[in-house]
Amino acid sequence: MPLDASYTGKDFKSVGTRPLRPDGIDKVTGRAKYGADHNLPGQLVALVLRSPHAHAKIKKIDTSKAEKLSGVKAVLTAADLPDLTHGDQGMFDILDNCMARTKVFYDGHAVAAVAAVDMATAKAALKLIKVDYEVLPHVTEVDEAVKPSAPVLHANCFTEGVEPKPKKASNIAKVTEFGHGDVEAGFAEADFVIERNFKTEQTHQGYIEPHACVASVSPDGTGELWVCTQGHFVYRNHCAMLLGMDVSKLRVTSSEIGGGFGGKTHVWVEPVALALSRKANRPVKIVMTRDEVFRASGPTSATSIDVKIGIKKDGTITAGKAELRYASGPYLTMWAELGAMTSFACYDLKNVKTKGYEVLVNRPKSAAYRAPSAPMAAFAVESVIDELAKKIGKDPLEVRIQNAAKQGTRSSYGPIYGPIGIGPTLEAAKKHPHMNAPLGKNQGRGYACGFWFNFGGQTCTDINVGPDGSVTLTVGTVDVGGSRASLALCVAEELGIPYSQVKCLVADTGTLGHNDMTDGSRGTFSSSMAGIFAARNTIEELKERAAKMWEIPVEDVTWENGQAKAQGSNYGNLAPLSLKEIAAAAGNTGGPVAGHAEIVADGAGVSFATHICDIELDAETGRSRIVRYTVIQDAGKAVHPTYVEGQYQGGAAQGIGWALNEEYIYGKDGRLQNAGFLDYRIPVCSDLPMIDTQILEIPNPNHPYGVRGVGETSIVPPIAAIANALSNASGVRMTHVPMSPPRVLKALEAAKKG
Amino acid sequence: MAEIHLWGALRPAADGALVVSVDAKTIRELFRKLEETYPGMAPHIARGIAVSIDGKIYRDSWQTELPEGAEIYLLPRIQGG
Repeated sequence: MPLDASYTGKDFKSVGTRPLRPDGIDKVTGRAKYGADHNLPGQLVALVLRSPHAHAKIKKIDTSKAEKLSGVKAVLTAADLPDLTHGDQGMFDILDNCMARTKVFYDGHAVAAVAAVDMATAKAALKLIKVDYEVLPHVTEVDEAVKPSAPVLHANCFTEGVEPKPKKASNIAKVTEFGHGDVEAGFAEADFVIERNFKTEQTHQGYIEPHACVASVSPDGTGELWVCTQGHFVYRNHCAMLLGMDVSKLRVTSSEIGGGFGGKTHVWVEPVALALSRKANRPVKIVMTRDEVFRASGPTSATSIDVKIGIKKDGTITAGKAELRYASGPYLTMWAELGAMTSFACYDLKNVKTKGYEVLVNRPKSAAYRAPSAPMAAFAVESVIDELAKKIGKDPLEVRIQNAAKQGTRSSYGPIYGPIGIGPTLEAAKKHPHMNAPLGKNQGRGYACGFWFNFGGQTCTDINVGPDGSVTLTVGTVDVGGSRASLALCVAEELGIPYSQVKCLVADTGTLGHNDMTDGSRGTFSSSMAGIFAARNTIEELKERAAKMWEIPVEDVTWENGQAKAQGSNYGNLAPLSLKEIAAAAGNTGGPVAGHAEIVADGAGVSFATHICDIELDAETGRSRIVRYTVIQDAGKAVHPTYVEGQYQGGAAQGIGWALNEEYIYGKDGRLQNAGFLDYRIPVCSDLPMIDTQILEIPNPNHPYGVRGVGETSIVPPIAAIANALSNASGVRMTHVPMSPPRVLKALEAAKKG
Repeated sequence: MAEIHLWGALRPAADGALVVSVDAKTIRELFRKLEETYPGMAPHIARGIAVSIDGKIYRDSWQTELPEGAEIYLLPRIQGG
């Protein structure tokens, strides 16, 4: 029972309510501490010197003049960060990304760093560092990088996943394949087949808070790091490995987070700050500028995707095929693999084949971005499905309903689905008032479905009952979207006490066992499961204490509605003992009352969504405006519905920016041209309508309260839904994202010319 | 004997096979025997493989049992945002 994750089907008192967010006052009054808000006595400021070249050999770095500058306390190059990764290629790539070793692979790649007494000195010192580069030919575009004639980033990159292994190095780091059936036979069965290429440009997660940290390493070898991150335990493990420290001797404290969306899931400048601190014997603060954030952290992949889908006149999709090329930056990632897994996951297909290519380019290391890789794949597949529906004269929503995956469907990536929510989201869309709302002049409507996996992982949680009966819930998953409230609600529910009696804190790495990051929509799923288990553990302890207070066997004590009750006619006169009463007596019944849980949370369950979008196009300028937008998504159980709605709206807002405006623009010199929010335009409130949400609750059988992750899926359908809406408004199929005014005008003019 | 379905990137390490048979009762035993039979699997296992057992995906719980007749797929250990 304590560690049984099965869905309980219980009636809720706290879960599903909407208490005010516990971090709200601090955040709106400026009391909340973000990464850059932490300071220590004697702290130095650090800056990073970054490559101006997209691809170059580092022949020599001369730091001597910088080291002699008054006020400079440490200068660092890759020589100060020896390779301690013991053959772990993934960690070596992170190390090389933090500080280039023999080559720079993109404009913005770090080559050196200084720590000085103030910013002016640090800036002056950077100018005194002389780097002798041998500039090499570069390639930044994914379709150019796969050509045999492209400059090769790594002479030892021989494509993985193909047999026989190539003898010639290339920029295709890995090829992977999924599917079942016979796609060619499926296309032969089809009445119509459409094949198209779709392109999406590189976008940034656009977190408002830049990467920031303060590192302090003592001469005794112990260290502390205060940092803005999605996973301080993972940052600790990474930094400890890269610096050769014992994990237990590095304590990492996470700050409040001003957005991460996948971009704060591995280290960037943190090992540099620690190494500088160790060298200078002083605390060191690094805050990335916005320019650095764009040039050297986070972006998602640019993609080029070929899709081919066949359909019968009755609406049955007979086959689906996709070849997906995702730009990785200079190191192997798994983003094409995820695109290949997710592209057709919404549908029940007899014949499906997807092939993903991880492509190395001279751009920053691609990082996860909220349901990584799925939005681009959905854009391609959902666009062609819309077009095919029109071809056979059927409603695109009906075609999706007809072909939707269901329980028992073999997924396009292999396993057979259990209970899933794609069908219900489509049916809910069909019934939604948005579907029947009239469209205005120059307006179009589009829909799209989206899929994401979600996952759980390692989680460790403590509950401590105070002497007044108030409860502290200590978790190790960073709160990126309101999880502290949701987790407190779950623990209050399980203990049977009011939400106001529970305070949830995110602990530092010295306080709890390892917790995986807040990614994969796992924060609330995993930590609520661990919190419920810890609450069950606490209840057992509370029953023991009540039994002692009553001097009766513990077997005769039950726990109901936040109270211990003595069962049986012998104890008829014993009034129930509340948690507060048991807590007050704890000193005489065995000391502090606590509970804990250490688990691997599996069974997160896949997640689906359907979005509806209305858009208005000004055909003269190519500018478009979203006039109405609806998100329908399965949450399993919405623990705090306001936060769930916030996740739905946030994903849609980011998807709208991605679809309409956001784009990394590189010059012919391989340098990023728009590394700032003036030239890289994310949507602001005035760009967006109120985004409508509808929460479906199809309980996850693998969680005691039926919870699924909700954070990522909402970004999967928007690009496709908007592209379908804009294609309907303009009469021209949009195949290249972002659909910015110049690109839309170009498409309209090309269509006119035929 | 469990039938183990491999995704595309693993197949070159298993002589091109789509499905391999392994006599294993747990995920841990499965990985150990896969490494013994197909040494090329080792780097993939080190990098991270998830196991789908009758549609439920396990990323870390290597003690999980493989029930007789279960449908087992090896999948990439997914990263999220």
